[in-house]
Amino acid sequence: MAHIPLNTKQIDRLKQLAEEIADQLQTFISRHSSISVERTILRLYGVDGVDSEKIPLSNKIIDKLKKKSRIKSGVSRFFAGAMLASGRDVRITAELIDQGKIEWDDLSRFSHADILEKEKELAQKAVAALDETRKKKEEKLKKYPSPQQPWRYLIVATGNIYEDRIQAKAAVSAGADVIAVIRSTAQSLLDYVPYGPTTEGFAGTFATQANFKIMRQALDEVSEKEGRYIRLVNYSSGLCMAEIAACAALEDLDILLNDSMYGILFRDINMKRTFIDQYFSRLICSRAKIIINTGEDNYLTTSDAIENAYTVTASQLINEAMAQKALLTPDLLGLGHAFEIDPRIENAFLYELAHAQLARQLFPDVPLKYMPPTKYMSTDIFYSHCIDTLFNLASVTTEQGIHLAGILTEAIHTPFMQDRYQALCSVNYVFNVARDLGKEIEFRKDGFIAKRARQVLDEVELFLKEIKEIGLMEAIARGKFANIRRPVDGGKGLEGVFEKAVDYSNPVMEQLEQEGGIHG
Amino acid sequence: MGEEMIKPYGDTLNDGMVQLSFTLPVENSPRAKKAAEIYVSKLNFEDVSVVHARKIADNFTCFVVYARAIPILDYSTVKVPEFKIKPMDFYEINEIIKIKLHRPLMVVGATIGSDAHTVGIDAIMNMKGYDQDYGLERYPEINACNMGAQVPCEELLEKAIDVKADVILISQTVTKKNAHIRNFSEFIKLLEEKNLKRRFLLIAGGPGISNDLALKLGYDAGFGPETRPSQVASFIVTKITEQKSAKRKI
Repeated sequence: MAHIPLNTKQIDRLKQLAEEIADQLQTFISRHSSISVERTILRLYGVDGVDSEKIPLSNKIIDKLKKKSRIKSGVSRFFAGAMLASGRDVRITAELIDQGKIEWDDLSRFSHADILEKEKELAQKAVAALDETRKKKEEKLKKYPSPQQPWRYLIVATGNIYEDRIQAKAAVSAGADVIAVIRSTAQSLLDYVPYGPTTEGFAGTFATQANFKIMRQALDEVSEKEGRYIRLVNYSSGLCMAEIAACAALEDLDILLNDSMYGILFRDINMKRTFIDQYFSRLICSRAKIIINTGEDNYLTTSDAIENAYTVTASQLINEAMAQKALLTPDLLGLGHAFEIDPRIENAFLYELAHAQLARQLFPDVPLKYMPPTKYMSTDIFYSHCIDTLFNLASVTTEQGIHLAGILTEAIHTPFMQDRYQALCSVNYVFNVARDLGKEIEFRKDGFIAKRARQVLDEVELFLKEIKEIGLMEAIARGKFANIRRPVDGGKGLEGVFEKAVDYSNPVMEQLEQEGGIHG
Repeated sequence: MGEEMIKPYGDTLNDGMVQLSFTLPVENSPRAKKAAEIYVSKLNFEDVSVVHARKIADNFTCFVVYARAIPILDYSTVKVPEFKIKPMDFYEINEIIKIKLHRPLMVVGATIGSDAHTVGIDAIMNMKGYDQDYGLERYPEINACNMGAQVPCEELLEKAIDVKADVILISQTVTKKNAHIRNFSEFIKLLEEKNLKRRFLLIAGGPGISNDLALKLGYDAGFGPETRPSQVASFIVTKITEQKSAKRKI
């Protein structure tokens, strides 16, 4: 198999450094929670639905708790108390709280043991729901085999979930293995999850639990027809990271975009909020066996792909270390990178091969997510199609896991149905004619590609040492990633972060942490 | 100027050959191909040849068609408001600001509305720039403030007033359902309401923008895809120094 000789001792050092960086952060994360984490607990307990103004009940209940200055203890015990007080089910209890028809902030009426027991019951049901989705997917995978990697990942983005459904089925019949429903552009900044099926969006379709269900059903139908398992993707990012993870788990999604730094850098979301929300979202993904995709590819859209290649690798190492803390197994780690080098540079393709092969060797067991060229895509669609074709060749040669199909009209519009078809023509062609190329070739020990890979590793080591010195938060504040500076206490969503009180409880998180990762 | 009649060129002058590609929501069949042919003739083409018909999904067929275009165009009548701006490089631009303006130029830029794409505004403003051409942040004589994406119009205007901006750059990438037109117009409306229209040099940018469109929308210029930062900077310094000398004359 294609192989670059690398210094394994150096790789060990890099993984150690990344783990130390993640450790520093984990100390901070475990002391804090956020309104979005608390809303996620409610959703996992079964609180769903909206009021007459379409405001989700989970938001309304957490806002009430915040107003009563009780949020620092976490919502779990108060909701358990409300269940005891109402003697009704989750849905009705939530409505009673919303309508103010129930006393729920005075817990002295019940014994500590009763509340604890109720919390435990709610948490066990929540975790059982996560187990259920995992098992359902396992069953389906037995029936319809998983396609060979690299999986062909296509996006749909019409804004209308019903139109998306048609486009998704069309893409699958042309060869797609994975369908991502791109979100409406403003959604990452919404501090709530919209509700119900939606037919209007901006350059994408709103992520709602109802939309997840509609698309899941469509893809299940098409899996049956095509005889291969089709995976569904959405975004666990922005201000509702963990809540989306919960909705996705409940509707059997397979992959979620979930990056440790993307929201901070590219959506100006506060970094504390992001790290806290991300940890819980990843615990949920781990239990429900949802693959996460990280967003390192984005760094190269604002900074140079050769000069800053080391930031991609460093971020992959940090994402891996943080994902391990959240119990994600390697098969769930879709670490990201991209084919973004200026095509006019001589030997640009050799650089790309070096970077892609390096990622493959550093993380041998993960389904690497390889992103297509975007920055240098031209409005000359024929030229763009050529660039995508070489991207396809790099991907199959270096055995990437999840291959985002590049689309010839990337620089013009969200894809037309025929654009997707054309893109898949090239992907199918290259994957077929060069299927085992990677197994046949070796990279010269002191050739361009091997030297380049080693150079990147040396840069990564210096960089990780620097980050470890100052801490990841300070590194981001100083603009070390993607040339973007984000202050520790800047950005959106900081007001939703709080330090846990001594009596704080999150029994779902506790159970997930105690029971550990699910292997196999 | 005399007439200059043109039409599309395939391999012989005035053969009018055009290549089209589109999808019809029908199953592929001889009838579907005929439908494609008829449709293209309804677009006022002749000698329609459907060279490729391919089922791309259930009930959808994609066609590649060649046909001869009928209309001819007198090229001498085609007018585009072109920039009559001398393109300058990084050093010339800084020099002019230093000599003629005696102060740094203030530029504020943002992607407004729901659009979350920073790619356009970053290409022009980020240090790194685009296509080996430095971004405005790199210019020692320009103070560039890039506010990023999803900035509300009010916030952008507030910032522009606050830093006494000379220039406002607005980028829009999403063109779906004419979102870019709406957002560009909303900012102009806000300026008009506050009576601040003349206060700033207004520049629009994005893949769906031409200079022509930007002028129609009420901007001073528009820059489309593949614009280099120095082209925008050349326009800015030329306009700002013109304004300055005009004021002096009054």
